[in-house]
This record gives sequence, C-alpha cells and structure tokens, in this order.
Amino acid sequence: MKQLFAFIRKEFAHVLRDKKTLLILLGMPIAQILIFGFALSNEVKNARLIIWDQSQNAESRQLIHKIGNSKNFELVKYFHSEAELENVFKSNQAKIALIIGPGFDALAAPDRKQSMQIIADASDPNIAQTLNLYLRANIGQFQQENSPQLKPHFQITTEMRMLYNPQLKSAHNFVPGVMALIMMLVCVMMTAISIVREKESGTMEILLVSPLQPFMIVIAKTIPYLIISLVNITSILLLSVFLMDLPILGNIVLLYAECTLFIIACLSIGILISIKTESQQSAMLISLMGMMLPTLLFSGFMFPIENMPIPLQYISDVVPSKWFYIIVKSIMIKGLGFADIWKETCILFGTACFFILVSLKQFKIRLQ
Amino acid sequence: MRRLRFLLEKEFRQIFRNKIILAMIVVIPTIQLIILPLAANYEVSNIQLAIVNHDHSQATTQFIQKILSSGYFKLKASSDSYDKMFHLLSKDQIDLILEIPNDFDKHLQRGEAQKLLIAVHAINGVKANLGASYLNEIIKDYSSQINLEFLEKNGGRSPQVLQISTSFWYNPLMKYKYFMVPGILAILVTMVGSYMSALNIVKEKEAGTIEQINVSSIRKYQFILGKLIPFWILGIMVFSIGLLVSRIIYGIVPQGNLPTLYLFIAIYLVAVLGLGLLISTFCDTQQQAMFIAFFFVMIFILLGGLFTPIDSMPEWAQFIAYANPVTYLIEVMRMVVLKGSGFADLKRHFLIVGAYAIGFNVLAVLNYRKTIN
Amino acid sequence: MNPVIKTVNLSKQFGNFTAVDSLNFEVYPGEIFGFLGANGAGKTTAIRMLCGLLKPSSGDAKVAGYDIYRETNHLKDNIGYMSQKFSLYEDLSIVENIRFYGGIYGLSDEQIKQKSKTFIEDLGLESQKNKMVQSLPLGWKQKLAFSIAMMHEPKIVFLDEPTAGVDPLSRRQFWDMIYAAAARKITMFITTHYMDEAEYCDRISIMVDGKMAAIDTPSSLKKQFELDSIDAVFLKLARGSSSPMQ
Repeated sequence: MKQLFAFIRKEFAHVLRDKKTLLILLGMPIAQILIFGFALSNEVKNARLIIWDQSQNAESRQLIHKIGNSKNFELVKYFHSEAELENVFKSNQAKIALIIGPGFDALAAPDRKQSMQIIADASDPNIAQTLNLYLRANIGQFQQENSPQLKPHFQITTEMRMLYNPQLKSAHNFVPGVMALIMMLVCVMMTAISIVREKESGTMEILLVSPLQPFMIVIAKTIPYLIISLVNITSILLLSVFLMDLPILGNIVLLYAECTLFIIACLSIGILISIKTESQQSAMLISLMGMMLPTLLFSGFMFPIENMPIPLQYISDVVPSKWFYIIVKSIMIKGLGFADIWKETCILFGTACFFILVSLKQFKIRLQ
Repeated sequence: MRRLRFLLEKEFRQIFRNKIILAMIVVIPTIQLIILPLAANYEVSNIQLAIVNHDHSQATTQFIQKILSSGYFKLKASSDSYDKMFHLLSKDQIDLILEIPNDFDKHLQRGEAQKLLIAVHAINGVKANLGASYLNEIIKDYSSQINLEFLEKNGGRSPQVLQISTSFWYNPLMKYKYFMVPGILAILVTMVGSYMSALNIVKEKEAGTIEQINVSSIRKYQFILGKLIPFWILGIMVFSIGLLVSRIIYGIVPQGNLPTLYLFIAIYLVAVLGLGLLISTFCDTQQQAMFIAFFFVMIFILLGGLFTPIDSMPEWAQFIAYANPVTYLIEVMRMVVLKGSGFADLKRHFLIVGAYAIGFNVLAVLNYRKTIN
Repeated sequence: MNPVIKTVNLSKQFGNFTAVDSLNFEVYPGEIFGFLGANGAGKTTAIRMLCGLLKPSSGDAKVAGYDIYRETNHLKDNIGYMSQKFSLYEDLSIVENIRFYGGIYGLSDEQIKQKSKTFIEDLGLESQKNKMVQSLPLGWKQKLAFSIAMMHEPKIVFLDEPTAGVDPLSRRQFWDMIYAAAARKITMFITTHYMDEAEYCDRISIMVDGKMAAIDTPSSLKKQFELDSIDAVFLKLARGSSSPMQ
C-alpha cells in the first residue's frame, strides 16, 4: 500500500509540473460552461430584415414602423428590385425580406385582396421558419389592431407551462453534457496519452520491473486524472449553480457517486486504449474519434437522439455518456432518486467492469 | 531554396509512411461527413405529442385532426388523465402535452373564453420549444379560421383578407443537411490542419532531430515553409475529398464557382496551419500541443456559428465570433455552396482571413528560436 | 596557428544559477579535444553556446573564426554536431537520412551521391541502406550520425557523449573514425564519461562547477597531479566540487 502511495505521489508530481496542460485541463470546463451558458442560444432576435414598400402610403409606413420596433427584427435597409434582393442575400446582409404590394390598406373592402410577399433566406431552415412565423405574427397583429373593434366570437387562449425549466434556460440541457465531455477528455484521452508516452520513451519498462504489481502502476497513473475530473465536476457545478441559477434538486452525494462511477468507466477505457496503441498520435486519434466525437454526437445533449436514423440510435445506446447524461439530468434537474436511475447506473457499472476486465486481460497478454 | 526542396522531400516521405496521418486525412473526414450530418439534425419534426382530451365532441376531434395534419407532430399517446401523460413525459417519451378542458366546444359555442394547456418538456431546448410555438400558431390559426367562418355565416364584416405568401430561397426543400454539411466540412478542414501542424514541430522537438536543424544554417522561414507546404497540400486534398463526399452522398453541388471557394480555402489553410505552427513553437511535448490546439479549435468551433447562429449571441460573444477565423470559413462555405455568392460578396472574408494567414505565420517564424536566449 | 575555438570569459547564468563561469580556452585545428566534467558541471551548456544553440549571458567566443553572437549562420555552416540522441530520423531510411542532411548542409546532388556511396561502403551498410534507421543497432546509428555530421567537411565537429551506451567494439571502431577525421585536420571536440577515451585525446579539459579546473595533455595532467590515470585526476578534481551532486 505504501508503495502504491509513493507511485501515486510521483504521478501527481508529473501532472502538476506540466503547467500548460494543467491550465487547459482545469480551464476548459470553465470556458465551455461560460460559452454554452452565455454565448450560445437559439433565440431569434434582431434579425436583419429588408423591405420593399410598393405602396408608400400611410398604412404601409405604419406597418413598417411597427415591424421595425419589434425586438425580433432590425430593419437594415429598403430595396427596390429583385436584383438588389439577391445581392443582399448573397452577401449575408439580411436574412429575410418583405415585399408590401401596391395599395396596402388595412381596412380595404372585403373583396379586395392585398398581396404581401415574404422571402426568406433558407440556408438555415430553422431560422427561416421561425422568422417567417414571427413576421406573419407581426403582420397579423397589425391587422387586428387596425380592424374595426370586433371581438371574436370564439376565444381560445393557450397557457404554456414550461416543465423542469420554467425560465427556458438552456443550461439545464448542456451542463450535464459538458460534464460528460470534459470527463471523456480528461479520463480517456489524457490517461491514454500519458501511459503511452511512457511506453514510447521506454520508461515504462523501468516501472514494470519495480516491486509493485504492474497493473497497480497503471492504476496509480490514473489517480491524478480521477482527482482532476472531480475538481472539474465541482467547478462546473459551482459555476452552474451560482452563475446560471441551475438548481441541484436531487441528492448531491448520489450525484458525485454517479460521477465517480462514470469517471472510473472512462479511465478504464483510457487504460485499454493505452494498452492497445503504440504511439501518442494514435492514442490521441482513437480517443478523439472513437470516444469524444461519439460523446458529442450521441449523448443527446447537443442533438436530439430521436431525430437520428435508427442505426445511429443503436450506436447511441452503446455510448456510455448517453447513460451518464440521463442520470445527471434525472438527479440534478428532475430531482429523482436512485430508484429511478438504477437501470442506467447498472449499465455504467457494467461498462466499467467490462473495460477493467478486458484491460487486465490485455495487459497480462502484453507482459507475456 | 534548394534546401527547401530537401525539407519538403523529407516531410512527404515521413507523411506517407505514417499510416495514422493517412487515416486522418482520408478515412476520418469521410466517416465524419457521413455520420455528423445524420446526427446533427435540428430539423423539427416528429414532435411527440400527448393529448389529454376531456371533450369528445366532433368539433374537438376535427381540431385535433387539424393539429396532426400539420406534419410536425406524432400522436404518441392520448388519455383522460393528465398525470398518466405527465408520467410519460417524465420518462422523456413525450415532448408536449395538450390538455383540452371539459365541454370545450360547448363553452366556446356560448361565447365563453376557453383555455388550452400546453405543457412543454423544456429541458430539450430547440425541439420542444419550437414545437410549442408551432402548436400555438396552429391553434391561433384554427381560432381565426372558426371565427371567420362564424362571421361569414352571420353576415358580419370580416377583416380584410391579407394574402401573405412566403418563399424560401436557396434551400427550398428546407433540408437541414444542406446547411450543416458545408459547415461540418469547414470544421473538418480546420481540425485536420491545425492538429497536424501543431503536432509536427513538437514531434521533432521530442525526438531531438530539431537540434540538427537548429545547428545547421537553415533559415527559420525555410524551416517553417518546409512544414507548411506539405500540410497545406494535404489540407486541400482533405477539402476536395470532402466536397466529393458531399456531392456523392448528399447531392450537394456548390452553387457558386469553385475557384473562388478554393482560393479562399487556400488562404484559410495557410492561416490555420500557421496557428498550429505557432502553438507548436510554445510547446515541448505532443501532449501539450494537442491540448492547446484542441482547446482553441473547440472554442473557435463553438463560437463560429456552426450549431447556433451568431446573431443570437450577446455582443461580447459576437465580438469574439467575428475575430475568429473559423466563423469566416463557415460563412463562406455556406454562402458559396448554397447561395452562389461570388468574390465581391466575400471581400471582407478574404481580407480578414488573409490577415490571419500573414499574422499567425509571421508570429510562428518570429517565435521559433534556433538560438535560445 | 589560428585557434578554431577561442573563448574569452564565456559565461551563462540561468537565473541565480551559474552554469558556465568565465571560460577562457583555445582549441587548435586538427586537435582531438576532450571536454570532461561531471554531470551538471556545465559541459552541455558550454557546447550549446559554442554551437550557436544557446546565447551566452556574457563573454565572447569565436568558433571557426565566426562570432557566436552575430555570425551564427556562418558558424553553423562550418561546424558539425552530433547530439546524445544521434538525431537521425527513425522513420527514414539510411539513404534518405544521408540525402536529407546532405541537402540541408548545401551539398550538390553529385556530392551527396558520392558521400552516400562512400559512407555506406565504409560502414558496410550496403545490405541495409534502404532500411529504416529505427531498425539499426545503437552502434551503427552512432557511426552513421558521425559520418553525417562530417558530410560537409566542417572545420570542427562537436560530439556530445557520442559513445554513451555503445558496445566496446563499436566504440573502438568509432574512435578509429575520429582519428581518421582528425588526420584530415578536422577538429574533434568531444565530451565523454569514459575516462579511458580521455587518454585518446590530444588535450583534455575538466570542468567543475562551471569553471575549467584543468586543461592540458593527458600525460601532463597525470604528471601534475602525480596520479596514474585520468580517472584518478578527474575524481580528485571533482571531489573538490561544491556541488551536492558529487
């Protein structure tokens, strides 16, 4: 045991000495949380709009004024021809255009149909759809405000209730995802690289000859990264709770326990990769492509899994981060307890056991 | 100049012998281009809807039909009990619950206001919220429709009919893939370019062969050029393969002209490789270089407008986004491929990326010390 | 005779630590000069300064007639260098390594071809010439690295522990190569830990704590200290060191 501690201390010294890497290891989660929390959003506002007013009358000017004042749109300029419109779109100066047909009149006689044209740059289809909806809504509102006061006979209103996330904070969605990503990065990639590095430089052999059990040496190497990951989780949680008002509704101890389980699973994957690869480059490549990318794509925090074609959905079942994501969301945001997540916990536990066993076996084979 | 030739020869020999790099160049981008767009699907469809219907009148049934016929929703379950549906929602099987109160139609007919409840599973960002807006719109639509019918039947004066037509340009089929694929290709080129060049000089440092270079009279700029050129060529290859894959698998044919696109990529690659080289002059180990490169590239990608629009970002983030070279590549890719934008439309982009190309490389040359202080 | 190395109070400090303290010495053309000292005595720092790899903190030096501050590029054209790691590209073949370094040193294609042929013949590597350097045993790598360091007929070659970890037979062969080069008036500046190799040198110097504690021919030094071997001389001088490493 004492020997093990000596080894662990040495490994810590290695990690702490590499200040540049350490800085990034600890700083990356903070940067990611800040970006996801404050910079990224899907909210549409101040969309650049251009208008062709073919009516040029009091009503049309009123309508334009109203649209320009809404927080959804920013009237960038007026245009007078389709060629101009094309130029504006092609140089990304605006995302949507409105053509008000001649003789616009909010109170025209019922048999006179007016025309309006909305042209949207559908490069980003979601934005185009949303802007279209908003613009129509704006025009519809204008209409209602200017029509004779007619109370509609049928009055249907809707009440929207946002569950789990009443303020529509996207933090609820991505914080667990960032946690998974960071742990994958630290525990899989860093661990794999640092062990392979010793292999490459030949110092591994020295360790293997020491009195300590070989596999224990490998374990000793992973401990610093376990600690760093726990530190990262703590900083992520602190940031989320204090900067972004994210609640932790469930049991914190359970949360940390599940995180530790996930960390162990990731570490064992990292160990396996380091056993099977010979160069740092390939360790990096496999970690990035084989683990991080699937985590990003298939854990469900960036892209909805239900939208994916079925084969990809099966792949997502194999990615450990997906289960971790569900667990963290359940505990933090839905406030559920162990009874609700025992299934996912078992999967993670099984994953960890599987990789540890396989690594052990591969390691022994290597030594032969 | 002659010495440069020898540097290049050596680099190419090493690259083609390195199976890993070859895998990175051909296999990885192809796989990513295939899987990423399939996964990165923000299209809003198949919204899982649950209806709690307390009113089984014919009018309400028609109302529900109207909702379902919009194509956005999939009726996952319906029941009399809100709690049952909520339970399904808590299991993440439902996105929206619509609750229709008792005697909905009867009260409406009598001119009494009626409230519909829409419960939204709001953890799931885009999909559920957009779905809720759509549902709201459909309900509003339905409301004006029945009001109009009522007015017409009773001879009242209806508000004038405004015909608003919408046309969607450049992506009439509204396929999200057309939007994502050029962007993904952009970040692929960025990742390959920066990682490979970041690792390269550091690898020589680790192996010690860089000392021989430092002891020779090779000029710094010759050395840097010798590193830039091979990876530049590789970058162009990756890009071309990517374009080919996009065309074959997704049927994406660039609307704009290819020379403009290639010219931009050529300059952009110089910038991104320069960044990688600059990073490698700061690092002593491959691990460090990889990490620092990864860190910067990740931030660039997140703030580059690939997944979320730049216009939606707060001012300070937009500032960073417009200082970020990747942003410009993503924009240029989308603009040229989808809209056929030309050189004149992209002047600003060329200028900025050109500045980065010069800036990063000059810094790399300056920072690379053959003689340490 | 103009010295091929001349230093005047050459010094290097790293923060508070003085690695090299006022070196004053000369080395003459064609000499085999042994640069001895314990680990940490300042040998590698001194060599790196003389090669133009490290900027001194103070003092002057001229190598091959060129100033180490202002004329490093000319200097580098006239020196050869063989580092402890041998600095060959493991993933290139023998022929490819020769070709690369020849090109870097500015040799013409014709010269490169000729040198390549000569090296491979002299070293008996004809059957291995297209194999990766990675597959060569240590002794051969070392001999190849040495040949390559000399390819451009430099005035002086710096060898930093060139025989570390090499088997005795290869070491013997290596020293034959050194003698042959010295005979062609190429100066050999060698650091080594093998005290028996010190006896092969024309002159040796011993560095202790960054200062040059002794510089003379091996026989003169032995007479001066009344000891039988350079090993003993070295131990005596090194024991007087204030460095805790002794």
